[in-house]
Amino acid sequence: MKLAGFLLLLAGWAIVIFAVALLASGPQRACFVLAGIGVEALGLVLAVRSHLVLSEDRG
Amino acid sequence: MMALPVPALSEAGTAVCILFILLVPLAGAGLALINTGLGRSRSAAHSMLASLCVVAVAALVYFACGFAWQGYLGRPAHVLTLAGKGWNWLAAEPLFFRGLKLDGSPASLAAWLQLLSVGLAALIPLGSGADRWRLPASCASTALLAGITYPLFAHWVWGGGWLAQLGANYGLGHGFVDAGGGSSIQAVGGLTALAIAWILGPRLGKYSRDGIPAAIPGHNAVLVLLGCVVALVGWLGLNSAGAILFTGAAPTGTVLVGVNTVLSAAVAALAAAMITQIRFGKPDASLVANGWVGGLVASSAACASVTPATAAFIGLVAGALVIFAVELLEVRLAVDDPSGAVSVHAVAGIWGVLALGFFARFPSGQWLAQLIGVATLLGFVLPLTYGLNWLLNRFYPQRAPMEGERLGMDVHELGATAYPEFVIHTEEFIPR
Repeated sequence: MKLAGFLLLLAGWAIVIFAVALLASGPQRACFVLAGIGVEALGLVLAVRSHLVLSEDRG
Repeated sequence: MMALPVPALSEAGTAVCILFILLVPLAGAGLALINTGLGRSRSAAHSMLASLCVVAVAALVYFACGFAWQGYLGRPAHVLTLAGKGWNWLAAEPLFFRGLKLDGSPASLAAWLQLLSVGLAALIPLGSGADRWRLPASCASTALLAGITYPLFAHWVWGGGWLAQLGANYGLGHGFVDAGGGSSIQAVGGLTALAIAWILGPRLGKYSRDGIPAAIPGHNAVLVLLGCVVALVGWLGLNSAGAILFTGAAPTGTVLVGVNTVLSAAVAALAAAMITQIRFGKPDASLVANGWVGGLVASSAACASVTPATAAFIGLVAGALVIFAVELLEVRLAVDDPSGAVSVHAVAGIWGVLALGFFARFPSGQWLAQLIGVATLLGFVLPLTYGLNWLLNRFYPQRAPMEGERLGMDVHELGATAYPEFVIHTEEFIPR
């Protein structure tokens, strides 16, 4: 789950980068950047949850 | 690709900038005092020594290779072409400051400022790893921060990199703007602090078997509050020097920077005091201190670009955000961060960066440029810094052994305590 979280973070960033580089129209670019950030948010949630599970195991 | 203009400095402007840079170490001194005061008494000497060591390691590594990756506006860089536009990814300077004339030019002043700023970024994770992070491991982790993570992101923001060029290349306002390092120093340090807190895990006795956190109060509120005042002076220098060197502000424009910095910190501290008064019945000294520093952090990005009233509002939100983030991380997310470094530096830093996009009167698209910068922090810097520290931990365990943690890091790693005449060691935090 931790690895998946970090991979999603990177994937979200890649969406942002390609949206900036490849899309010319402003609204389209903004939408894809927001979508990329949404993917990053999912990744962050997964990364946080994986560490929560680890902490419970340690406790 | 349009090159970003290099700020022109008169002799007087150079002198003013040098004065501001001379203040910057006080920001580090303030953070060191805060980290130490918020930790346990049995790790106080270790915390101060670790602060000195990581600042030293950061400066040396940055001198050896950091500046070579970071560079400065108008200097050699590696540029990748993507869809017909140049993407400036990495500086191409020689190692060891070779090729840089230390003559008072903007590039040389920037290198000097960065030599100090990278130490400031390195001090931030020390707060989240307090009471359990081994000294050699913290130095090794700092080397990774100063040699890879920090210069890479700082090049993108301050070295004429692709984030800074978003305005020139894609019409997004002035491109990503951050005068005082809210992203490149504070958020990078804060995200590294999160990675360290995750990798080290919580202190012994911090969480019960049911996941309920125990309060482990800082050992010296006076050190913490003194650190806040000292940090303010350092931040005034940091924000002012950054505004001159990285956003082209005139030396006279630093009056606005100073006013904004003070207002943001002041309102943030008062907001934190009021919130803790309402929630707990009394103001909480350590949380108010966190609010104060959160206000300083949030002021950094937009200090040269917003009105004083807006800076005060940015501070107000930062003060509130820090309090709720500290609670969220400690209680709900089981992140044991003794000094609140993640909330204060990552959360408030990101808020400051976004606030510039919302409130500065820049050409349209500035909000998107700032958002792309935040996406880069979360989507690239966090995985990078976590990955580097995870790898380091595989080969060189970063956490002190249980016995060392029980004795205190002072005795375990230094062989002597900070307060030999006063401290009586008890086992009050050991799980029963």
